[in-house]
Formats: sequence, C-alpha cells, structure tokens
Amino acid sequence: MNKAQNPREIYGKTLLALARENRNIVALDADLSKSTMSVYIENELPAQYVECGIAEQNMLGTAAGLALTGKIPFANTFAVFIAGRAYDQIRQSVSIAKLNVKIVGSCAGLSDFSDGATHQMVEDIAIMRVIPNMTVICPSDANQVEAATREIARYHGPVYMRIGRGDMCDISEKGADFEIGKTYLKREGTQLTVFSCGIMTAMALEAAEQLEGEQISVRVVDVPTVKPIDRESIVSFCRDTKKVLCAEEHSIIGGLGSAVVEALRMERVETDFLGIRDEFGQSSNDLDALRQRYGLTVEEIKRKIREMIAS
Amino acid sequence: MGTETRDACDLKRMANLLRRDIVEMIGPDNRGHYGGALSCAEILAVLYFYKMRIDSKNPKWVCRDRFIMSKGHAVLTQYAALAERGFFPREELKTLKNLGSRLQGHPDMCKLGCLEANTGSLGQGLSVGNGIATGLKMDGNPANVYVLLGDGELNEGQVWEAAQFAAHYKLDRVVALIDHNGIQATGPIRERMDTGSILEKFRAFGWAVSEVDGHDTEAIKKVLDSCDNGPALPKAIIADTVKGKGLRIAENKAAYHNNALSAAEYRCAIDELSRLVRR
Repeated sequence: MNKAQNPREIYGKTLLALARENRNIVALDADLSKSTMSVYIENELPAQYVECGIAEQNMLGTAAGLALTGKIPFANTFAVFIAGRAYDQIRQSVSIAKLNVKIVGSCAGLSDFSDGATHQMVEDIAIMRVIPNMTVICPSDANQVEAATREIARYHGPVYMRIGRGDMCDISEKGADFEIGKTYLKREGTQLTVFSCGIMTAMALEAAEQLEGEQISVRVVDVPTVKPIDRESIVSFCRDTKKVLCAEEHSIIGGLGSAVVEALRMERVETDFLGIRDEFGQSSNDLDALRQRYGLTVEEIKRKIREMIAS
Repeated sequence: MGTETRDACDLKRMANLLRRDIVEMIGPDNRGHYGGALSCAEILAVLYFYKMRIDSKNPKWVCRDRFIMSKGHAVLTQYAALAERGFFPREELKTLKNLGSRLQGHPDMCKLGCLEANTGSLGQGLSVGNGIATGLKMDGNPANVYVLLGDGELNEGQVWEAAQFAAHYKLDRVVALIDHNGIQATGPIRERMDTGSILEKFRAFGWAVSEVDGHDTEAIKKVLDSCDNGPALPKAIIADTVKGKGLRIAENKAAYHNNALSAAEYRCAIDELSRLVRR
C-alpha cells in the first residue's frame, strides 16, 4: 500500500504557506480550528485569521463581506455545519453574488466515524453541486488536497472543497498536476471504467489490481472535480468499456455518480453506483467496520465489478 | 466625490422624491413592497444625500462608505436614491423587475454594480457588513459600513450571531439602522413574533444604541454624525418609522407590505407625492 498522509494536516499547512505568500488570504473558522487545521494560521498569522465562534451562518456572510474587500477568505468547519447549516448564506451571500469565497467542509463523509449521523456529512456534494456558480472539489489524496488548495486560491469564484478526517493513501505524487475540472486516468483497463473521488479512488485502484488476477481488466479514472464535470473525458473513457461504476463516500443521490450519469446521458453505457444508499450514517468505534456496513470497501467494489462484467 | 450636503428641507423633499420614484417604479396594478420601502425613505435620503462618502462616477471607489440593504425587499428606495444620486439613469427605474433588467426584485450586485451585496433572504446583511468592516479594518481603511435592517428581520437568528460578532471585534465602523415600523409581512410584530426591546437587546450584545425619529431628517443627520465620534463599539440606531409612510392608503397596514395600487389609487398617490415634492 502507498504512503498515507492526513489531508487535514496537509490542508492546514498548505493554507498557512499560501497565507504567508499572500496577505489577502484569510482563514475563518467556527470553533473547530484544531480539527479543520486552520489552527496553523490562527497560531502563526493571527492577523489573517478570524474566529467566528459557533455561528456558521454569520461566518459565511462574513466571508462574503471579506471577499467584497478583495480578501480571499477560506471558511472552515465540518462539512455538515457548512454545506448544511449555512446553505442559504452560501446560496445568497456568496453564490448569487459570485464572490471569491472558498468553503472547506472538513471531516466529510463517514470519516468522523464515532460521532454518528449528525456529524457524518454524506449529502454535501449534492447540495453544493446544485448551486449555480459553485465549483465542487473532492480531492482523492493529501497531495491533491495540497494542489487543490493552491489551485482554488488562484481561481476566482466560489468553491466548495470537501476533506475527510482520517489519513488517505497516496494515489498521486507530491506536486503532481492538478487542474480544476480535469479527470485523471490512474489505471488502464478494457472491460469496465470506474469513476471515483475521495477515499474511493485508492480503494478502486486496489480492487482493480486484485481483479487483474481474475482476468478482469478495469480502468480507474479519478474525478476530484465533481463540478464542473469533465464531460468530454468522462464520455471518451467509457466509449470502449461500455460499463461504468461510480464510487464515492457520499449518498448515491446527487453526488459524483449522478454527475457522471448526467455527463453520459447521451451514451449507451451500463452504469451503477457504489456509495451510501439513501440513509444516514451512525456511530462506530471502528472506521473499517463502519465502511463495511455501508459498502465502502475494496471487496464491495470488486463484487460490483464482477457482477457488472458477468451481466 | 464625497458628501453632497443638503439642508433639512431639501432632504425632506428628497425623501418624498424617493417615495414618488418608488410608486412610479412599481406602477399601477403591479404588486410591490410599498410598506418597508416607504418607511425608510428619510433614512436613505440622509445617507445618500448627506452622510455617505460616495462617488457616482466611481462606484467602486475604495474609500467609499458602504450601504447594505439587509431588508432586501426595500431595495426600491435604494434604487431611487442611486438613480437620483446619478449612479444610473432615472429612466432605468421603469425597468424594475422586467426580464433582463439590472433592477431585480431584490438587490443583485452582479447585475447592478453600485450595490454592495446580495440580499433578499432576510438576516444576512449584517454578517456581510461585518465581513466588509473586518476587511477594511485589516487594510486600515476607515470607511463606514451602514446596514439597514427591518425590525421584523430581527426575528432571524443570524442577525444575533452577527450582533455578537460585531461586538466581539468592536467593529466601530459598523452602523446598523433598524427600520422600526412595527409591522411584519403578516401583521404587527408584537402579535406575530415579538422582538421585545430592540434597544435592550442590542445594548446587551455590547452595542452603542441610539433611538431616532426615522422620519426627522435633521435628527437622523445628528445621530449618524454622532456615530463618527462615538465609542469604539458597533452602533445600532433604532429609527421609529411608519410602515407605508407617505402613501395614505398603505400607512400602518400590513396588507401593503407587498401589494398593488389600482390605477385610480396610483394617480392619487402620484398627485399627493408630487405636491410634497414641489413644496
């Protein structure tokens, strides 16, 4: 297995480095800086940090106002408290106004495994993706978190980026190319294409490698930008395989899978989803057991692929 | 550039001119947010024609004072003030809410660049004002940030999150004006959702609070001037107003929060306001 790194650590350090280079970068947090890791800016560059207290709606409005004075605000808290609780503020104060606000949802998906359904955000991609003017990014390893953080700071406009709590296996090299709106072919294969993002890309690669021994050839395409989706490349990747599996640590309603299927709507391909099946998460003292309960495992990916290949 | 000082008589006339613009903008047989737009005419007349340092030739002038209409449905008054102040042609007021118009039913700064924020869903403007004030403070820019809220809008929890934030950071350039007309969309605030003592609430949150007759331009001038040299705290000004002020049929009536005038009522209103403007 590849090296594992913590995406929150990398995010916090990257943001600090960016803030040192550009004093217009400002981090906001809602009393969770030690979890989102905006604490690095808070400690090192307090003049570029705004603590908002446990008041996420005001934080998003404040971020909008900061953007109106030319700052590049990064608003941080758990994904559930930002994409969910501050939805209307993101919609009106930030997105209709097309403001340059970066919204970073931390501890997304099932990654906050012990805290249960209230803290496990599996709907954020869907609700952020439907907002016009919004870019939605779900990095697939810590190196991508670093590259994406740099890229979204450069990009002008509202962005939602989702980050998980736990370590992620590297699927890319440090410093590898990252462009908003681009897909990355991680493994060639001929019988089926997997599109994935977040933690599921590393699992999909492992599944594909194991299936090679069963004479099943699987292509794995990493899709860290869910919106705008790279329609052209998505279409071109499944013209030959004709079978497509979408894998994500998110509800199968409205997430990456939906975005891929929307992109493929004119194509004759067989598609299936691997994700959370329209239910909330729950507490578990063991992350692996939780992932197993919701089918987010290498085994489950393999089972799905075998099923699709056999049909 | 900067302040266009006018005397109290002129400002009174200006407020009524804004009122006539509002009625003309909506036109006969069209629904519009008369009540809350008419109640804040004096406040906007004083801000746009006396108090704020703004430049219609350079709407994005970095040192300008900012105004956010947090009660976005009252943007009609702001459109009128901006047009009268020369930010865009008065003719354009007629395009209000037409498909493709820059003058949306609620403020859209992407369409009309001289607006400072997008509002409409209530309760958000003070937070945006906080962010602007925080950014200006970081840059050492002493511009003021005026935010107009409705008293009904104070039902929204986010307003109090914002009040807490502004006090915590002592955002002394933030001036929240409360258009206290006592009526929300469906009836008197006291009956629908009582906000209690607005004065005591803001004071308890750590703000410097004043009260003013929201239709007395001279008094509004004074209270706004006093904010410039006040304590290092955010300022709240509770302006007592009459909902629908200046349009007899609409005064103090919740029904005219958003309503239409018949052709006859429209003519009557224009005549009445024209007399006040000529005076």
